[in-house]
Amino acid sequence: MSATAPAPTPTSDKVADERLLKTSALRKLLGRPELGAVVGAIAVFVFFSFAADSFLRASSLSTVLYASSTIGIMAVPVALLMIGGEFDLSAGVLVTSSALISSMFSYQMTANVWVGVGVSLLTTLAIGVFNGFMLTRTKLPSFIITLGTFLMLTGLNLGFTKLISGTVSTKSIADMEGFESAKVLFASQFTIGGVAFKVTILWWIALVAIATWVLLRTRAGNWIYAVGGNMDAARAVGVPVIKTKIGLYMGVAFAAWVSGQHLLFSFDAVQSGEGVGNELIYIVAAVIGGSLITGGYGSAIGSAFGAFIFGMTGKGIVYAEWNADWYKFFLGAMLLLATLLNHWVRKRAEATK
Amino acid sequence: MTTPEPVDNAPAPLVELDAVSKYYGNIRALEGVSLTVHAGEVSCVLGDNGAGKSTLIKIIAGLHQHDAGSFRIEGEEARLSNPRDALDRGIATVYQDLAVVPLMPVWRNFFLGSEPTRGTGPFKRLDVDRMRRTTRAELLRMGIDLRDVDQPIGTLSGGERQCVAIARAVHFGAKVLVLDEPTAALGVKQSGVVLKYVAAARDAGLGVVLITHNPHHAYLVGDRFVLLKRGTMAGSHLRSEIGLDELTRQMAGGSELDELSHELERAQGE
Repeated sequence: MSATAPAPTPTSDKVADERLLKTSALRKLLGRPELGAVVGAIAVFVFFSFAADSFLRASSLSTVLYASSTIGIMAVPVALLMIGGEFDLSAGVLVTSSALISSMFSYQMTANVWVGVGVSLLTTLAIGVFNGFMLTRTKLPSFIITLGTFLMLTGLNLGFTKLISGTVSTKSIADMEGFESAKVLFASQFTIGGVAFKVTILWWIALVAIATWVLLRTRAGNWIYAVGGNMDAARAVGVPVIKTKIGLYMGVAFAAWVSGQHLLFSFDAVQSGEGVGNELIYIVAAVIGGSLITGGYGSAIGSAFGAFIFGMTGKGIVYAEWNADWYKFFLGAMLLLATLLNHWVRKRAEATK
Repeated sequence: MTTPEPVDNAPAPLVELDAVSKYYGNIRALEGVSLTVHAGEVSCVLGDNGAGKSTLIKIIAGLHQHDAGSFRIEGEEARLSNPRDALDRGIATVYQDLAVVPLMPVWRNFFLGSEPTRGTGPFKRLDVDRMRRTTRAELLRMGIDLRDVDQPIGTLSGGERQCVAIARAVHFGAKVLVLDEPTAALGVKQSGVVLKYVAAARDAGLGVVLITHNPHHAYLVGDRFVLLKRGTMAGSHLRSEIGLDELTRQMAGGSELDELSHELERAQGE
């Protein structure tokens, strides 16, 4: 481009930097999408610390973290998808499908368990691609597309399992080759300071870290925010909208595969009716974590706090020796409060800029 | 109503439309319209609603193809198949409903779709420092002094957003900048700011196509004026040939306006 700059002589970067310092740290903090979830998590933690005596024990922490991780692993890609402006209602049953495929393939083919795990990965990813392809091709709302996938998978899970096993659960694969090594990867425990932690916690932390990196520091992350924030604008400046959306559905599929394998290797058989309803829990975790339901805004770390609130509430009610029926009420209240707080904070942050 | 001669022995115009027509079925959207865009000049397209301004812009931007006449880019006959094609040939279009993502920071918007990266393989990452620095520097070059390039672009005013979009087009090497009604939704002061950047882009050596229905705005920055009326060319003037009053009169309907004012006067007199 031409070097003839018509504008006034640029003031140095230093001046701009000096003014930048005036943006207070507090305001920056208030601008973070995950603030509501962090505040909520602290509130729930303090609440159950008083309400349940055994809540603060190290073993309880391990249990809470495990419960959080099983939700959190899925909440990460669901949050990314939401930032990208879409939903996936099939995420819950896809976990079960992934576990069923892995288990039944290994059992029926009498193959090494790892073969089943690999086939399951490919099939699950293919279902993710299907969701993304249908969405971008038909331009129907993702709510409808994935509701269709959700129902079809629910039917397939039950139908195939009954057809092949004769019952609603798969046969045990515990004595098959490769089971032990796969269990190490997906369902083992490790000990820190005498307390046993589940390996899913590591999966969860890794996924949050990778997703945060992708969102904030890669081109793909920029595209995810853009397709969720203003799809037409993104397309106009050359963002590969279709690829980005399909990629996001593949992300959900990958996490569903990890969760599914954990489900399988924690035990050795899978109940084919499981997973229905979990998709809403993942979405709620993402929303509590500050992801905007209309897309374009949110974070992966926020989804982790959202999942943590779920874990603490679920187990906290047990430790407080209350009726577990209260769990859902707490979550509903938490969803409303967190969303209101997020909304209020974002408005304030934008108004005071 | 004269067809302007090219100024001295300038090279081939960046964009040249010659008697271009466009039909949608049996609807004549554009008939025999000519437009020349030179580097370092602003060509204004003026017209009322439904005059064919949007159709013209869509042909230049690669959204539609013309049905008759010729469309040359740097002297070469062209038929653009899509907006990407236009961009690749140096024609950047800034639409009225701006191509920005409101919730994203200014610097992310600035580079959206063409992000610079560093590192390789899985460690390939956005060159965030460079993106921030370049955004601030490029906006400063256009005379926009932003306090914080991290603020969501949605917090900027409409005029500022237009300016960011213009600065982006300039930075990514556009030779021709097509602006669709950039001042339509803006107040007086904001419009002035945007027109300043239009002039800045022109002075940076770009050819600018300014679509507007405001002759005052057009006359402030324009070098050439093409008037459209019901899909046909109602006039084409060089700046030296026409004054603001005459431009306004023609724009407002010319003889039709005279007739109207005559009628109104008579009505009042009776």
